[in-house]
Amino acid sequence: MAKDEPQPVIAVRDLRMRYGTKDVLDGVTFDVHAGEVVVLLGPNGAGKTTTIEILEGFRNRSAGDVEVLGVDPQVASEEWRARIGLVLQSWRDHARWTPRMLLHHLGEYYEPYSTELRPRPRDVEKLIVEVGLTEQANQKIRTLSGGQRRRLDVAVGIVGYPELVFFDEPTAGLDPHARREFHDMVHRLADYENTTIVLTTHDLDEAEKLADRILILAGGRIVADGSADALAREVAKDSQVTWTAGGQRHVHATADSTEFVRQLFADGGKDVTDLEVRRASLEDTYMEMVRKYETAPHRGDIDDAALVDAGKELS
Amino acid sequence: MNPTTHAFKVGLRRGWRATVLSMKSPQDQVFYVVMAVGVLVYMFWNRNADMGDSGLTFPQYALPSMLAGLIVFSLVMGPAYELTLEREDGTLLRAKTLPRGMLSYTVGQVVYNSLGLVPMLVIILIPSFIMFDGVAPAEASGWLRIGGFILLGLIALLPLGIILGAVVPNAQKVGTWGMMPVVILSITSGALFPIQQLWGWVQGIAQVFPVYWLGLGLRSGFLPEEAAAWELHGSWLTTLSVGVLLGWAALGLVVAPRVLSRMAKRQSGSAMQEAKEQAGQWIK
Repeated sequence: MAKDEPQPVIAVRDLRMRYGTKDVLDGVTFDVHAGEVVVLLGPNGAGKTTTIEILEGFRNRSAGDVEVLGVDPQVASEEWRARIGLVLQSWRDHARWTPRMLLHHLGEYYEPYSTELRPRPRDVEKLIVEVGLTEQANQKIRTLSGGQRRRLDVAVGIVGYPELVFFDEPTAGLDPHARREFHDMVHRLADYENTTIVLTTHDLDEAEKLADRILILAGGRIVADGSADALAREVAKDSQVTWTAGGQRHVHATADSTEFVRQLFADGGKDVTDLEVRRASLEDTYMEMVRKYETAPHRGDIDDAALVDAGKELS
Repeated sequence: MNPTTHAFKVGLRRGWRATVLSMKSPQDQVFYVVMAVGVLVYMFWNRNADMGDSGLTFPQYALPSMLAGLIVFSLVMGPAYELTLEREDGTLLRAKTLPRGMLSYTVGQVVYNSLGLVPMLVIILIPSFIMFDGVAPAEASGWLRIGGFILLGLIALLPLGIILGAVVPNAQKVGTWGMMPVVILSITSGALFPIQQLWGWVQGIAQVFPVYWLGLGLRSGFLPEEAAAWELHGSWLTTLSVGVLLGWAALGLVVAPRVLSRMAKRQSGSAMQEAKEQAGQWIK
């Protein structure tokens, strides 16, 4: 690594996890850098949860090297804990408390770990406004709707002004409006506060919107690592071109859409209207990647070469 | 600011907050009232029961003895249920995600379960003193003894409740592993009727456990000196009572932190999910 390159916030090398004779993680390697938003995708049982729980320090690995904020999570201290935020699924705790009470209380835990750059905890009243719980701030948590409860979970996850936040399916159960607000908040955290974010989701549209980088985990391995665009280019190299000419709708798939369109105009001239060029979406990419993995002859044996082949076949 | 001291103070505030919320909760208010009514009705119903040559009325015997049973019940079952339920609803996992959160959580639990005894004592003692003659301690020194034994009960029993909560797999099992033994032990230790009415071997077993000694200690505070002659050993055996309770406290304080941290280590998002699904499945 070059000297001037900053230390990654998360560095995972050849991570392995074995339960009995089953390899849940089979040599996972990746980095996450400061201020990056990384989305972890993968079918159920692919090892997403296991990976995240190892990074959070909640699970001991079988083999490999893991560093989170420069420390091995397995032996990390309470000071390290103070620098990390967590938003998990299905929390039902503190039913009798109110959001305002709980956020003030949980904020107190972070007081000794305040730094100049990150004054801990956050201003709770501002946070309540930011997550949109002003009206429910003094209501019993038990009476919150599913969506309001999720917003509270998000607020709790960031009340300690963390440098790194893990979100586990944060928008499950949110309505489109709340979902949009959550996306805006993630952008704020990453762009203005240089917070590093690792997020799992099943919503590919959301992954495309949020992620600087997408990791696809299948069969205990990283089968893809790149921006949504890069992944789409790598796997599904064809774009779909649609246009109308002479009152008729035409569809054509091509690897070089620019050249095709240039030709189209040269040939058809002014007759061409309603032109639309669509690159493969993340959903197409994801489906293709997971399908390739699942139909591979030896599930455990799939490797980068096989994926490159998968890409070639498609083009 | 020392982070450990800070976490301790946060835990104290947490316990106090939880107590206030419990006092305001209709669910908990009903629990206290039903318990108090049960105790008072039991004493009133049996108010003329034959107490042999003790020179005591039944309520005089029963009030301190039942209090001992109820204190044991609250201090063992309270934290046991709290711990298992809060493992399922994510409170414990939340604590684990906070810096020094498990320390604050544990302090909060101790404070909350200790303070929970106050409303129980008030709601039982005040009506008892009004309804029955001679049940209140005659002298101030009696109150000192009562306070002392309640404190001993706290340090002897709370750790046992925490151990139980940490080792049982789920809230349903607290009933089997906790409720049954505690209720049977309380009854055989003289909480509802004098232990002298039971067989010798039962008396022997009961005296290994803290309930009998807490009951004896509380009676020594509530009852006049001469009532000691009628006790199983003809004396209040204060030193021995204190010793047995301290012994249980020492055992609990050695074991509780270990099982608690072992349990906390296992908490994770997927473990909670699993516990939650198990909790929804009563028939297996």
